[in-house]
Amino acid sequence: MKTNSAFQGKFGRLGSDVKKHKHAYMLIAPYFLIFLTFTVFPVLMSVCLSFTSYNMLEPPKWVGWQNFARLFVQDDIFLIALKNTLLFALITGPISYMACFLFAWLINELRPKLRAVLTLILYAPSISGNTYLIWQTLFASDSYGYANSFLIKWGMILEPIQWLQDPRFVLAILILVQLWLSLGTSFLAFIAGLQNVDRTLYEAGAIDGVRNRWQELWFITLPAMRPQLLFGAVIQITLAFSVAEISIYMIGFPSVDYAAHTIVTHLVDYGSIRFEMGYASAIATVLFTIMFVTNLLTRKLLGKVGE
Amino acid sequence: MKLTLKMPKRLNRSWAVDILLFLLLGGIAFFMALPLVFTISNAFKPIDEIFVFPPKLLVRNPTFKNFTDLVNIFSDSWVPFSRYVFNTFFIAIVGTVGHVIIASAAAYPLAKIKFPGRNILFNMVVMSLMFTAYVTQVPNYMTISWLHLINTYWAIILPSFGMTLGLYLMKQFMEQVPDSLLEAAKIDGASEYRIFWQIVMPIVKPAWLTLVIFSLQNLWTNGSVTSHKYIYSEQLKTVDYVFGQIASGGLVRTGPVSAVTLLMMAVPITVFIVTQSNIIQTMSTSGLKE
Repeated sequence: MKTNSAFQGKFGRLGSDVKKHKHAYMLIAPYFLIFLTFTVFPVLMSVCLSFTSYNMLEPPKWVGWQNFARLFVQDDIFLIALKNTLLFALITGPISYMACFLFAWLINELRPKLRAVLTLILYAPSISGNTYLIWQTLFASDSYGYANSFLIKWGMILEPIQWLQDPRFVLAILILVQLWLSLGTSFLAFIAGLQNVDRTLYEAGAIDGVRNRWQELWFITLPAMRPQLLFGAVIQITLAFSVAEISIYMIGFPSVDYAAHTIVTHLVDYGSIRFEMGYASAIATVLFTIMFVTNLLTRKLLGKVGE
Repeated sequence: MKLTLKMPKRLNRSWAVDILLFLLLGGIAFFMALPLVFTISNAFKPIDEIFVFPPKLLVRNPTFKNFTDLVNIFSDSWVPFSRYVFNTFFIAIVGTVGHVIIASAAAYPLAKIKFPGRNILFNMVVMSLMFTAYVTQVPNYMTISWLHLINTYWAIILPSFGMTLGLYLMKQFMEQVPDSLLEAAKIDGASEYRIFWQIVMPIVKPAWLTLVIFSLQNLWTNGSVTSHKYIYSEQLKTVDYVFGQIASGGLVRTGPVSAVTLLMMAVPITVFIVTQSNIIQTMSTSGLKE
């Protein structure tokens, strides 16, 4: 048969191709073994488990869409978490993304020494680990907390505010701290991208009628940096949707009235405290879907830059 | 920094906007630096200054008492502090070295050898940049327990070998290595392994230095997050974890807490200062192409 032999030929070629490149496979093997075990396999497994009821002791039981129905219909706390996460991501995501770019852009015009110092100051919070705990001292509930004592000193308030226990403030404080932490990898990528823009493009632009720095930014700088912008977007989106750690350590877990509850803290609750693995996996799947869709939309949006 | 070029004269700069923008930058830089200044200053404050009302930003009578108190706290605990330090360094160093070697080895074929399946593999890596470790945390716990890695260093080290960001940067950077160089080596009879180790790796030194930083930071600062999930024995815990314990001890220990915060922060920042130009260079020359 003709098709069969063509198929065999193709298959045979693939076989010899694979054989020819056996060194390549040897080199990638260790990484991909680990990558598949700790990243790809868990994602697939999480999606499968989200359709089951599983407590790690008995074997998983298939329950269909029940977990998802429970999430969106019965679980009021999940809806709070969803609302908080979306609100949080909607605010911190775009702001931190633009801040990363704005600061990279401003710093880029400075002299190298000054630029290095400012890069360090702006980048330091995101790498210095547990330093966000200093915000706990700043917002401590008694009058020794810096925020309270300054407000009392200036006569703005009469008695200390319970910053981290008051549902009215916790989300705002969380947003503030997250913004402080958010000038990380994408910030560095933007600095690098700006240094890499071909200088002759600006001269060409001036001849072609670019009149001010805003046009220069929109028509020359931004399009030239599109790869970095995309990379930064992916990183910032992931960061904005996965806030949990600072919420757990600063505000406490669970937070008062679930005011700082996010999808990830909900996941932690069901995954590592209640051991309802099927349900936790459904939460993870929802989070994964939200991130994926946001990434696709952002990609579309960034495609329009400079048009 | 090597990449700095002399700026050509730019057009239409309005002084007012310039000043406004830089005031903004200065203000924000001040805001960003404030908690760091607090941290540094607090670590050297004697106890009466920490609780002075209203609080002062800067220390007036610096002292090392917080650090000596810290040593005393640890001499009371039944696991010596040096043990936690050893754990932290062991995990950070083994994890980093392994990650750099393994990720670079995988990046070289992905960048330079056209073998069947490489696009699929690389696309999976790009995809996985899009979701956080939290998404996979439940199955990861199960996998780690199936592999009998619970309560060992490897529960933290092994997954860190597979960090995606590292492979991504490395692959993008390696694409810049000229093909002619590799072909010349092949004609001279070098194997792919030798080309990778003796030709490609030395050329991409800035890239793997960057990887070292990211991996170190990741293991140093996130070690605690994973370690309390997978590690139960007190002897195997990291400094971060102990720090958390001290922090939850309350007001009495505020002094030592600020001392520890400073120590924890100093390591990644120092490493960054030393390698800053390499990191920026990697990210710009790698082009971060799609």
